[in-house]
Amino acid sequence: MNELPQQLVNGLLLGSMYGLVAIGYTMVYGIVQLINFAHGEIFMTGAFGALTVWLWLPGGTSMWIALPLMIIGAVIVAVAIAVGAERFAYRPLRNAPRLAPLITAIGLSLALQQAVWAWYPEAKSARTFPQIAGGPFEIGSVTIQTGDIFLVVAAPISMAVLAWFVMKTRTGRGMQATAQDPDTAKLMGVNTDRIIVIAFALGAAFAAVGAVAYGLKYGEINFRMGFILGLKAFTAAVLGGIGNIYGAMIGGVVLGVAETLATAYIADIPGMDKFGSQSWADVWAFVLLILVLLFRPQGLLGERVADRA
Amino acid sequence: MTALLEVEDLRVAYGKIEAVKGISFKVEAGQVVTLIGTNGAGKTTTLRTLSGLLKPVGGQIRFNGRSLKKIPAHQVVSLGLAHSPEGRHIFPRMSIEDNLRLGAFLRNDKPGIEKDIQRAYDLFPILGERRKQAAGTLSGGEQQMLAMGRALMSQPKLLMLDEPSMGLSPIMMQKIMATIAELKAQGTTILLVEQNAQAALSLADQGHVMEIGNIVLSGTGRDLLHDESVRKAYLGED
Repeated sequence: MNELPQQLVNGLLLGSMYGLVAIGYTMVYGIVQLINFAHGEIFMTGAFGALTVWLWLPGGTSMWIALPLMIIGAVIVAVAIAVGAERFAYRPLRNAPRLAPLITAIGLSLALQQAVWAWYPEAKSARTFPQIAGGPFEIGSVTIQTGDIFLVVAAPISMAVLAWFVMKTRTGRGMQATAQDPDTAKLMGVNTDRIIVIAFALGAAFAAVGAVAYGLKYGEINFRMGFILGLKAFTAAVLGGIGNIYGAMIGGVVLGVAETLATAYIADIPGMDKFGSQSWADVWAFVLLILVLLFRPQGLLGERVADRA
Repeated sequence: MTALLEVEDLRVAYGKIEAVKGISFKVEAGQVVTLIGTNGAGKTTTLRTLSGLLKPVGGQIRFNGRSLKKIPAHQVVSLGLAHSPEGRHIFPRMSIEDNLRLGAFLRNDKPGIEKDIQRAYDLFPILGERRKQAAGTLSGGEQQMLAMGRALMSQPKLLMLDEPSMGLSPIMMQKIMATIAELKAQGTTILLVEQNAQAALSLADQGHVMEIGNIVLSGTGRDLLHDESVRKAYLGED
């Protein structure tokens, strides 16, 4: 239990799931300076989208066929809700005081939770999520649980796709320009309204991939799963430097590793044996956030403020 | 023959406060036209309205025979109207070259874009030497060069320059003005907004003096340069 490499891998996997969700917070913040507090719930609806696809498929369908379809289902549901939220909840408030869209986001988050609770069949308690058969996998002294295999593959691929999109495509460059100076981006011919929609959609798509990873990792999903995970992912985004997409992933990994190591080793420190349980993991995660904010308020990869002058 | 840009009775307001109160002027192809005046005269508001960032409350804008009134800002540049904004507004965290490429955001002719990037470097060699450097690290004058180079990347029919000499050292200012003269000699049509009336009028074919939202005086650059009231108000003579 106390092997360091194993704990590091566990933390890395947990952290890459945080990172996938954190991308959505950071992209939207980077472009419209809105903390989309409904993003955790968009993640949650993605998980239910994936589950719905699974329930539609005939019983006994192989996961090799089901999983890609479930990802597509998760992405469609999450993106549709995120784009709808942007169009009908946030866009009308684009020029309103900052507090208005923030409160809207919190309201939307509650509404989505309650909608799933009330209308999704048997969602009043946790629903089991399909699992990949086989595994666990041993690599040297490190064991990777079957449910985590998806993350090992999906997280790096997602990150590579995102980096390629932002750096190499025209829309990605328009997105960078919009984040740095929206009015001037318009003067260059960038349709900033469209860029904002794309930022919401992309963030939701990565959250949906994270949601499938969550279901596979923990074996069940529920209507409240987006709250704590959303908070963790938001923490990861701030930790990495909000507005910076690489920061989101790195913040996620740092948070996941720190949380895992704290849970594994803090109890070994004399007098700290009470503080090592799983229920303290969230406390250590947020302590880390406070420490980073104290000593490096802009986050690990945060932009230098002087740039804004 | 109609002019390239025709502004007629243009009125722009921020809420209830009218910043531009019904101005009319024209820019013919190949001309340099300047709007001069003090802070708050409405010069920047006029340019921001022409490029679609602000919506007019009244009047007409016709560019190349089309009304610009209903065209969103991000489509204006594709019609051939480029705007180098006040305060330069380069993209600070992008490299110089990426800034120039954004100027060509809507163009699809790769070889043409590469050629025009080279042309920008020929016009401003310092940019070529630092092409990979983040634009935010440039000096004010270099950022101004970049903003002008970036605006030219869209191959505009009309280049609008807002306060290109603002905050620059006298040497840098001369350099920027010399560049504008060079662009003019190459046949670029320019609408120039300046507080530095002396420099702007010496370059301009036509000049308009703006005061609190109105054009109070118009004439050729040379006439205005020798106009007594202009000399008193804007050229610091008594």
